[in-house]
Amino acid sequence: MDMIFGVPAPLLFGQLVLGLINGAFYAMLSLGLAVIFGLLNIINFTHGAQFMMGAFVAWMLLTYLGIGYWWALLIAPVVVGLSGIVIERLFISRLYKLDHLYGLLLTFGLGLIIEGTFRNLYGSSGLPYRIPPELTGAWDLGFMFLPVYRGWVVIVALLVCLATWLVIEKTPLGATLRAATENAALVQAFGINVPRLVTLTYGAGVGLAALAGVLAAPIYSVNPQMGANFIITVFAVVVIGGMGSILGSIVTGFVLGVVEGLTRVFYPELSSTVVFIIMAIVLLTRPAGLFGRA
Amino acid sequence: MSLSRRSVLGVAAGAPLLTTSLSFRKARAQAQNTIRIGVLNDQSGVYRDLSGPGSTHCARYAVRESGITQAGVNVEVIEADHQNRPDVGSTVMRQWMDRDGVDVILDVPTSSVALAANTLVRERNKVFLCSGAATSDLTGPACSPNTIHWTYDTWMLANSTARAMVAAGGQTWFFVTADYAFGHALERDTTAFITAAGGRVLGSVRHPFPNTDFSSFLLQAQASRAQVIGLANAGADTTNAIKQAAEFGITRRGQRIAGLLVFITDVDALGIETAQGLVLSETFYWDLNDRTRAFTRNLGTMPGNIRPSMVQAGCYSAVLHYLKAVREMGVAAAKANGAEVVARMKAMPTDDQAFGQGSIRADGRKLHPAYLFQVKTPQESSGRWDYYRLLGETPADRAFRPMAEGGCALVRS
Amino acid sequence: MAGPVLEPGQAQEGKPGPFGFTRPQFALFSAMAAFFAAAPFLGLYEVFLAKILCFALFACAFNLLIGYVGLLSFGHAAYFGMGSYVAGHAAKVWGLPPELAILCGGLIGFALGLPFGWLAIRRSGIYFAMITLALAQMVFFFCLQARFTGGEDGIQAIPRGVLFGVVDLGPDRNVYFFVLAVFLAGFLLVHRIVHSPFGQVLKAIRENEPRATSLGYRTDDYKLMAFVLSATLSGIAGGTKAIVFGIATLTDVHWSMSGEVVLMTLLGGLGTVFGPVAGAAIIVTMQNYLAGFGAWVTIVQGAIFVVCVLAFRAGVIGEIGKALKLRL
Repeated sequence: MDMIFGVPAPLLFGQLVLGLINGAFYAMLSLGLAVIFGLLNIINFTHGAQFMMGAFVAWMLLTYLGIGYWWALLIAPVVVGLSGIVIERLFISRLYKLDHLYGLLLTFGLGLIIEGTFRNLYGSSGLPYRIPPELTGAWDLGFMFLPVYRGWVVIVALLVCLATWLVIEKTPLGATLRAATENAALVQAFGINVPRLVTLTYGAGVGLAALAGVLAAPIYSVNPQMGANFIITVFAVVVIGGMGSILGSIVTGFVLGVVEGLTRVFYPELSSTVVFIIMAIVLLTRPAGLFGRA
Repeated sequence: MSLSRRSVLGVAAGAPLLTTSLSFRKARAQAQNTIRIGVLNDQSGVYRDLSGPGSTHCARYAVRESGITQAGVNVEVIEADHQNRPDVGSTVMRQWMDRDGVDVILDVPTSSVALAANTLVRERNKVFLCSGAATSDLTGPACSPNTIHWTYDTWMLANSTARAMVAAGGQTWFFVTADYAFGHALERDTTAFITAAGGRVLGSVRHPFPNTDFSSFLLQAQASRAQVIGLANAGADTTNAIKQAAEFGITRRGQRIAGLLVFITDVDALGIETAQGLVLSETFYWDLNDRTRAFTRNLGTMPGNIRPSMVQAGCYSAVLHYLKAVREMGVAAAKANGAEVVARMKAMPTDDQAFGQGSIRADGRKLHPAYLFQVKTPQESSGRWDYYRLLGETPADRAFRPMAEGGCALVRS
Repeated sequence: MAGPVLEPGQAQEGKPGPFGFTRPQFALFSAMAAFFAAAPFLGLYEVFLAKILCFALFACAFNLLIGYVGLLSFGHAAYFGMGSYVAGHAAKVWGLPPELAILCGGLIGFALGLPFGWLAIRRSGIYFAMITLALAQMVFFFCLQARFTGGEDGIQAIPRGVLFGVVDLGPDRNVYFFVLAVFLAGFLLVHRIVHSPFGQVLKAIRENEPRATSLGYRTDDYKLMAFVLSATLSGIAGGTKAIVFGIATLTDVHWSMSGEVVLMTLLGGLGTVFGPVAGAAIIVTMQNYLAGFGAWVTIVQGAIFVVCVLAFRAGVIGEIGKALKLRL
């Protein structure tokens, strides 16, 4: 067997690819957070719960309506996004004039309510959700077996991230968004309905979380706690990347996934904390984050 | 000023306390002829389905079956949620025993809370019937004259799974282990049994806890070409690992997955498609024999319309046996001295529908056979809850850790 | 981004009394102390009251940071939980008497608070919250794997011991009055700090950091000192809890504990003197009496967050204070 740094090559490549997959989830979740933060200036603590809702909606579509994975990819983000719009209109919109910390506390509370409700309704052992038949099996890459579904997750995540970045950086809509981030009053003066823009942005960010949830449903246990553990790591990713930077959140997400994967090979005991250690180092050297502006 | 003080401390915190403490006193007055059983378990978290309201249901059924009410003894079964938090559980238990006249603490999954219960009950000379917790320490270093560990423990799981698997042809093993004390202990114990039975461990990999992505660990396990992949973890980690093992088609390629701490509720949550082929140990299965089937039928509809898990069946069995001892001693004597009740329980053989005939050892270990099951394929299964095929049985006298090896102080002296 | 400004307390000052209390505050303080001293004789359960006091002290320590410096930490479970572990270990394994064990808990809070605070105060507002959360998560993973914490079993059967070699803390009533003494000392200490010149600078930083800097104050030093003090007191609160209950477990270092102390302080009233105590009393009582309602505990807690943020930002005590036109 070929060895690289004293580690069997298949193991190393395996971990690299799998780290990339984890990174795909980090990227999609931190992207949603970044989009919301950019315009609303709140950190969406409900994000983990909304990721979980995406997975649950996919399960409900299948169980109650017989609607499978492919439609769920489309429907679940829309449904959860709409629920996000309701939340934004009912609650979050009342807080824009206050300190941003209140937004954090509010969304934290909303996350607890959502998680508790799902636990009451569906217990916490988890629910079954299967990989669509078209995506089962694995590719033999020579150095490892890559399950088709994992490859699919990475491709979808890359495409979604790229599309979001293009929309924000290269389209007139994105230009308006960025302008509103800089100076909402001015954009409003140009006759653009900024509150509606804000609402839709929140819905879109939440939809991204839900999409990640649907992608996760076939491979991760679908249970009410599934988002809570993820989200703290994603917060660290966001701090490292620098908040409000779209590209930063995408790149950091993928890179940290890979770093985490490598840690599993070379020093497994550290793999759950490595992201936080990197965060501390980044804070010491570049307090604004790798891609952030101070 | 004094008005605002009352509105803050009086109304907010004091008033509900005062009223309840008054009801405690009333309760104490009428408690003389009443045995109170407090079911303390997880009503909201990960252990809800395997213990939770189902355990209370089974305990109440045991009270009915015992016929003790007709003999003039009142038995009250109350329940509370420890939320898997030792401080919450500890406060509830102290109030139960110090104020509400509770005589028995029942169930208590989550080993941290169970060990706390073990200490508190012993200090107050009450009775602790543990069904839900896995830690073998309860009959080892932490053993107590007031505690009986009823249903299962980690030693039994490791022993049954390892020996019966090796006997069934699973010679070589690879472990996927949760990287904390519980996982390490499970791996160490199981390894000892595998070697003793003539099998071999090819390697192991440790995963962070909690963990969601097991693909890389499973790939290593697959690459080892071991016949059996042992999952030395619990809860969501185990279900995630099994789910992803199905994705990789590990069982289809001839390797077998052995879950060292898996319950029927986990299998139900995974779905039989995903869980098929999984091997696991339990001490009770509702469809095991005529008596267990009769038991399940007589229980009526369980909360959530589930079938009883071994933990819930253990609650039934423990309460039934406890009430036998109470009947013999009389309520007053039983309430006065928990250790004495437990001594009586140890002196009598046990017999019930769920676990059949058995006994309780001096160190507080309830003895009954352990069974190795394999999860059926969807074709074999006739529907929801028809999940297990029996692979092997470890008789009661060999299913649990020999007393001499546990280090229980009750036995040494 | 400017320093976060959570509703500043009303500026109106009464006549200063003992410990820097205004007279109404001193009256309320005496009433509170009298209530807690009398509570066991009114039939209230000592262990339960002791639990309220441990969390009240924790919330007061937390309030020092959010209420007077305007920094929202989402990782205070790290200091509370480690304080509880270290005090438990000291009492059980090293055989230290309870007062020294709790002191060890405070020391570990100090030792953790120093580097964590040094890192975290580089940012403010939302970033500060997320950084403290992430650092606390690291502590959680450490506790999960470290040998001395006993993993998910926790440290069990911690002896209550004999206070100063004289008072046996075994009986619930004895331990309760010991906790009451610790709590009152901590409460007065926080109050004294806030009303010292040091506390005035903290408030100046909260109101307008650039101005404080331009006046020549090294604001980062002040913030760090407040952070470390808060972490130390949290460690003492955790240590006291470990002695009362005889257990120290992962629950105390979990992030949901960090959320809970935020909730207690928010509900009682951020930056109020008595708010954290009231908030802790309400939340602990609620957890106890909702124990039979399963996941509803989570939902109710979430709902309290939402209601507080939307309609009730001054908290219970803050609103009462507004109505009475007093700073409480």
